[in-house]
Amino acid sequence: MTTASRETGEKLRERIRHAISSQQQPTVTVLSSLLAVQDLLHYIPDEAVEEVAAFSKTSINEVWSVASFYTNFRFTPPGNVTLDVCWGPSCHLMGAQNVLKAVQDELGLNEEATTEDGTVTLRYSTCLGACANAPVVAVDHHMRGRVTPVSAAQIAASLRKAPPSH
Amino acid sequence: MASVYEELLERANARWAQLDKSDTPWIRVQGGTSGQAAGSDEVIAAVRSAVKTAGVTANVTSVSAIGLMYLEPIVDVKMPGAPRVLYGNVTPEFASEIVEKHVLSGQVITDKAFAYWGDRSSAPDGIPHIEDMPAFARQTRIVTRNFGTTDPHDLLHYVASGGYSALNRALHEQTPEGIVNEVKASGLRGRGGAAFPTGVKWSFLAPNKAPVKYVLCNCEEGDPGAFNDKGILENDPHTLVEGLIINGYATNSTHGYVFIRQGHEIPINATRKAIRDAYEAGLLGKNIMGSNFSFEMEVALTGDSYVAGEETALMEAIEGKRSTPRFKPPFPAAAGLWQKPTNINNVKTISYVPSIVSNSASWFKSTGTETSSGTAIVCLSGHIKRPGMYEIAMGMTVREVLEEIGGGVEGGNEIKALQTGGPLGGVLGAEAFDVQIDFDSMSKAGAILGSGGIIVGNEKTDVVDLIRNLIAFTQFESCGKCFPCRLGNTHMLEVLDRMCKNEGRAGDLQLIEKVGMNMKVGSLCGHGQLGFNPIASALKYFGDEFEERMSGSLAPAGSFDDGSMIMPTRTRP
Ligand SMILES: Cc1cc2nc3c(=O)[nH]c(=O)nc-3n(C[C@H](O)[C@H](O)[C@H](O)COP(=O)(O)O)c2cc1C
Repeated sequence: MTTASRETGEKLRERIRHAISSQQQPTVTVLSSLLAVQDLLHYIPDEAVEEVAAFSKTSINEVWSVASFYTNFRFTPPGNVTLDVCWGPSCHLMGAQNVLKAVQDELGLNEEATTEDGTVTLRYSTCLGACANAPVVAVDHHMRGRVTPVSAAQIAASLRKAPPSH
Repeated sequence: MASVYEELLERANARWAQLDKSDTPWIRVQGGTSGQAAGSDEVIAAVRSAVKTAGVTANVTSVSAIGLMYLEPIVDVKMPGAPRVLYGNVTPEFASEIVEKHVLSGQVITDKAFAYWGDRSSAPDGIPHIEDMPAFARQTRIVTRNFGTTDPHDLLHYVASGGYSALNRALHEQTPEGIVNEVKASGLRGRGGAAFPTGVKWSFLAPNKAPVKYVLCNCEEGDPGAFNDKGILENDPHTLVEGLIINGYATNSTHGYVFIRQGHEIPINATRKAIRDAYEAGLLGKNIMGSNFSFEMEVALTGDSYVAGEETALMEAIEGKRSTPRFKPPFPAAAGLWQKPTNINNVKTISYVPSIVSNSASWFKSTGTETSSGTAIVCLSGHIKRPGMYEIAMGMTVREVLEEIGGGVEGGNEIKALQTGGPLGGVLGAEAFDVQIDFDSMSKAGAILGSGGIIVGNEKTDVVDLIRNLIAFTQFESCGKCFPCRLGNTHMLEVLDRMCKNEGRAGDLQLIEKVGMNMKVGSLCGHGQLGFNPIASALKYFGDEFEERMSGSLAPAGSFDDGSMIMPTRTRP
């Protein structure tokens, strides 16, 4: 390992420690700390598991057990933007499967994953909460409703050109 | 000396008069999660820039969503001295036109406005009054009374519309026991699924003398097709905050938590701001409104986990652990969050409380049915002409809601199936559409009212495919603690998957029924216990469609030509 990457590692840890220790709400837990890291980095690196364990005075195993349970946590860095596509029943009836298929085709993916060029991460969502305007997708938590396979593929295509938002 | 409340009310009235009674036009753009999905962020930006370009003075406010989601984005223009005029399905381009024509030149764009709101004597020509629109008129708006009118981020808007007068009254004129009795007498039942009488639940916690006691408010709202809990938090968060403080006072509790799933930024931010503002105004913290009552409140976020909405799993999540359900007993009122005495209610349940305290139990009971008093906040989605969030008196029939409020099916064909009460609820066929919307009638019909989601399927709906979608959800969301639920859901999904590919085998239906019964007796919480419900109800109304999938003679149905469906495959480790 080069010195530079070790420095990055320490810098990363510092940022993580800062995110964990500057949580605003009175109740701070393993879960809230993991959520703070996920907000900052959009994934949970190994370093974060260690830092959360140290901060919470618990074991790495305990932290892993929590992190692996909640399906929003990711353990590899995401693409520049995350595209959530809802597959819940309202969206399902309104054509979500065709939307998913069109988005997958556009991004060259056949499962939840990040595009080869590292720009877009596709995720399936069980419900984004805007069911009245189904089918719904979300770009970094920003809702886009009443999409069609064509418009959703266009959104996906435009995201590949977008600069990193995080 | 004026009381805390009087001072606040005075400020609020002054602020409201500035907006509502002034010589300056007031442009309200309705926001919210659903509004955002329809494009309201772009619309408010367009309104702001058009106002700037035109050089007019106008107040532009992002306000709550009225619930008529099929009309979103909605822009509401109030010219001085005139009633409000509401425009629907506004694009950014049309937003600029509204500013140029209506705000700058005082010319109502009649053909594009869907309603006016206010004094009937000064009605603009050719536009119906909002109360003449069936989707609005058939509602009884108690919890949603301010929706469409106030800014959810402004405490003073809430106070100007009567907010925090119930808390003031509770703290200064009523005893905790008096409030518990009032809530009992109102007949209020929990809106989170189980429909347990709320006052009775509170009376378990109230007498406990422990120095630290919690009241939790459940906004996990993982049910696909339900958005009324997040809807309340993002549209009128102070209703919930006020209700939860009263809940705390009535049960002599010390801390309140509002539990929300991460990622839903709009309701999370609105709730956090409401709590912050309540602290600043002396409505939370030490000696609230000059009384002896002190109470703390915060938002607790959870990661994605449907089972986290189950009351004991929720406590695990607030404690920062995996959200798996606990054994009961002990019940929460004896040992809940951090083993302290705890009460838990749904967002809607708590949000009725200020109205009950202000208007009395008998007033609340005068709406609804004998055993289900008050209203239901239903969320219509799917193949319906007017999807949205509507507050109706309990006792309206499903058909009235679908036809009069929902406007029937998009495209004019028939409604075939309804999915109600979330993925642990049921699927209803046309025979059940005359059932009344109340807790007991809905359960009798084989569905549940649950959190109020009604997903509409038109005549082309493939019920087996819809059921597969629901079971794919419950399989994905099983927390894994009880193996009958974890394995049973996987097993049921396998069977449904092959049925959707027309590869059903003889005995498959009997097999999943047996699996479902094992889940019912062998699971700790409702996720496993009720997991077979959607299938059982679908078999009741659409049994032959399942039978047909056995024959192998039909062309493959389902989502794609080969009957497959895209869904996550992960299960919890
Ligand atoms: C799997 C599962 C998920 C649940 N999810 C929720 C939820 O998202 N919101 C909710 O209020 N209640 C949910 N409940 C019901 C709660 O356990 C509890 O009954 C409810 O919050 C009590 O509030 P109430 O008395 O006001 O209805 C769920 C139950 C189960 C079994």
